[in-house]
Amino acid sequence: MNKKKTNTTNTNTEVIVGLGSCGLAAGAGDVFDALADEMKKNGVDARLKKTGCIGLCYKEVLIDIISDGVKVSYGNVTPAMAARIVKEHLVEGRPVDEWIIFKKDVVSGENTFLKDQKRIVLRKCGLIDPEDIEEAIAKGGYEAIKKVLSENSPDEVVAIVKESGLRGRGGAGFTTGLKWEFTRKAEGDQKYIICNADEGDPGAYMDRSVLESDPHAVLEGMLIAGYAISADQGYIYCRAEYPLAIKRLNIGIEQARAKGLLGKNILGHDFNFDITIKQGAGAFVCGEETALMASIEGKRGMPRLKPPFPVISGLWEKPTCINNVETLANISWIILNGAAEYAAIGTERSKGNKVFALTGKIERSGLVEVPMGITLREIIFDIGGGIKDGGTFKAVQIGGPTGGCLPEDFLDTYVDYDSLTKTGATMGSGGMVILDESTCMVDLAKFFMSFAQSESCGKCVPCRLGTKRMLEILERITQGIASAEELDLLESLAVDVKMSSLCGLGQTAPNPILTTIKYFRDEYLSHIHDKTCPAKVCVDLIDVVINQDLCRQCAVCIKHCPVQAISGARHEYTVIDPDACIGCRMCISVCPWNTIDVDSPKQLIVPAEKYRRPVNKENVAESVRCKADESRGGGA
Amino acid sequence: MTENNCSCEENNSKNEQLTMDILAKYSGKKGSLMPILQEVQTIFGYLPQTILKKISAETKMPMSRIYGVATFYSQFRLQPVGKNIIRVCHGTACHVAGSENITLALESKLDVEDGQTTADNQFTLESVACLGCCSLAPVVMVNKHTYGSLTPDKTKKLIKKYEQKEN
Repeated sequence: MNKKKTNTTNTNTEVIVGLGSCGLAAGAGDVFDALADEMKKNGVDARLKKTGCIGLCYKEVLIDIISDGVKVSYGNVTPAMAARIVKEHLVEGRPVDEWIIFKKDVVSGENTFLKDQKRIVLRKCGLIDPEDIEEAIAKGGYEAIKKVLSENSPDEVVAIVKESGLRGRGGAGFTTGLKWEFTRKAEGDQKYIICNADEGDPGAYMDRSVLESDPHAVLEGMLIAGYAISADQGYIYCRAEYPLAIKRLNIGIEQARAKGLLGKNILGHDFNFDITIKQGAGAFVCGEETALMASIEGKRGMPRLKPPFPVISGLWEKPTCINNVETLANISWIILNGAAEYAAIGTERSKGNKVFALTGKIERSGLVEVPMGITLREIIFDIGGGIKDGGTFKAVQIGGPTGGCLPEDFLDTYVDYDSLTKTGATMGSGGMVILDESTCMVDLAKFFMSFAQSESCGKCVPCRLGTKRMLEILERITQGIASAEELDLLESLAVDVKMSSLCGLGQTAPNPILTTIKYFRDEYLSHIHDKTCPAKVCVDLIDVVINQDLCRQCAVCIKHCPVQAISGARHEYTVIDPDACIGCRMCISVCPWNTIDVDSPKQLIVPAEKYRRPVNKENVAESVRCKADESRGGGA
Repeated sequence: MTENNCSCEENNSKNEQLTMDILAKYSGKKGSLMPILQEVQTIFGYLPQTILKKISAETKMPMSRIYGVATFYSQFRLQPVGKNIIRVCHGTACHVAGSENITLALESKLDVEDGQTTADNQFTLESVACLGCCSLAPVVMVNKHTYGSLTPDKTKKLIKKYEQKEN
């Protein structure tokens, strides 16, 4: 091969590497360096740029090459691929077709993924360098704050946001404009705006992505909110697990200050506003607004009773408006395009777009921004491409750890606040975890309950003790030692905790239990009556066995078993001791001959009677039962 | 022993000086207990009792309150940690993708339990709720680097790289 040293003077070519957390985790840093290296070697002087996340997370590392306005995207790029991409695409002008995942007018999964989306919140994500304010400005950043400062009074801004119908994207779905109005009208010499970036829901990461990819959209949203409610100080409460988001926010704030977009007399107007970042310290409950404020004040993040609402008495007892990242990222678009334009998107009571994090057993996982009112089926099958590896859809877990699980019958449910609430799930912050047949719904409910139990702050009794007791029952069910009465107890307990907890955490923590019992009752009954786990997940109800006819006695499994449950040696029979086996399936994943499998049911080692706790049916008070029935009937 | 947890006097007095600088920086600012603890923890890797007492004396905040905050948030540690901190994500997507097995593999490889530090002080193994890289589940974060699409085997190899770095 002769290396041509062509000096391609293609200065209007841009090579853009996605360097969000997802991209970096997939190795984008190395790809960036490899590209820089190869471009230097080949004398290519195209611009190598960094950007955030475009949302096609399942294809990370992603690079875009834009020349003469034509964009070509490569996916699953490794450093080893850099040489060929640079040589063929940039030097010789022949894109490497086999690695291309997105190109205009070419039918591909990625095209479908992006085509059905309408981007407002993510409009600049993956297109600009998040560490360069000039790029954000070139794409219309800070135009909206300029517009409101010169054209609108604060009251008019509140009216616009109210008219747009925007509702809080953090979970509760309160009308943003109203919140602003209440804070504006509240009496107080000092007011605050807080951006809630404590995205604690496992399975949701749209806020992280927005902060990492377009921090200016959030800063501008806060500026506009600050102007509207007459606050001069804003706080961003960001979880510590997002170091890159914090870094980019800091850069963004510094650059905005340098350009006079934050600080005193912003853009020459009589408006002062500055933003401080407060780092969370790993407490899920701090996503709750009163807990969040306690945390900013330097206290333990425990919620308090409302009223008074934060809009009247919030941070340091001053009127405080708390908005979520995604909510704030909508604001500048609404100002620039008009409330009517925004209100035209979505449904009657849920306006605009919502970003969802599509994860789990799905073909194309990533961030999707879609209009409210779309169906779950459209999101999962049309945009997401259906179930991974040809599996069968079992359920979608929506609304974070305190949301609910919906089975196939609900795939045609409209995705909006009210329709989802009716099913028993919630919109939450927009996490959508797709589950296939390999997921045990009881185990999943246990997983969420153990999360809620460990994150319960301990202030109110229903949540502190209720989550613990519910977890214990779920543990007994998954061990095959629970009685049928315990399922009733679990259900009534779940309703009690939901009705009597102090804050949103406790009020929604039972949702996974209630929805799985409602829609997957059979699975609970299998665990209880037949002592089997249909999905073959629950460790106490499965046997991992080696098929001796097929075993080649290589002993690889013995080496990998973390608990030394496999006896034998090379060229000998290998046997798994069912008592020692913890069902981790490590042996299955390492066996080169596929001779190990999971069997069910397993002989119960512990006699069920031994652990059975007598449950007096009459003790499950009548009033509780009525309440349970009422809420089920009324909610469904 | 590692430099990080070195008990030589020179290092100690340097760290104490840094603590005093942090306290001076936040002096008089309201709501500064958490940033103080966070910054102190980046110096020591954990929150030593003597330093907490110092913070209490300087800020005139009762020790009970400082201790309350330090034990409420999972980020704060009252015990020294290893040189490398391994955080295994146990978010929903990672759970569905088998993060339990990642923790198990690491527990057996490092011979520690979740939350513990290896005898040679090289690694601390932790579980975290969600790192927000759900599309690449299961995910592990070692120090400040995130690694995705892991299997138990890949994770062990990854840790090997960090072991080699030490030698």
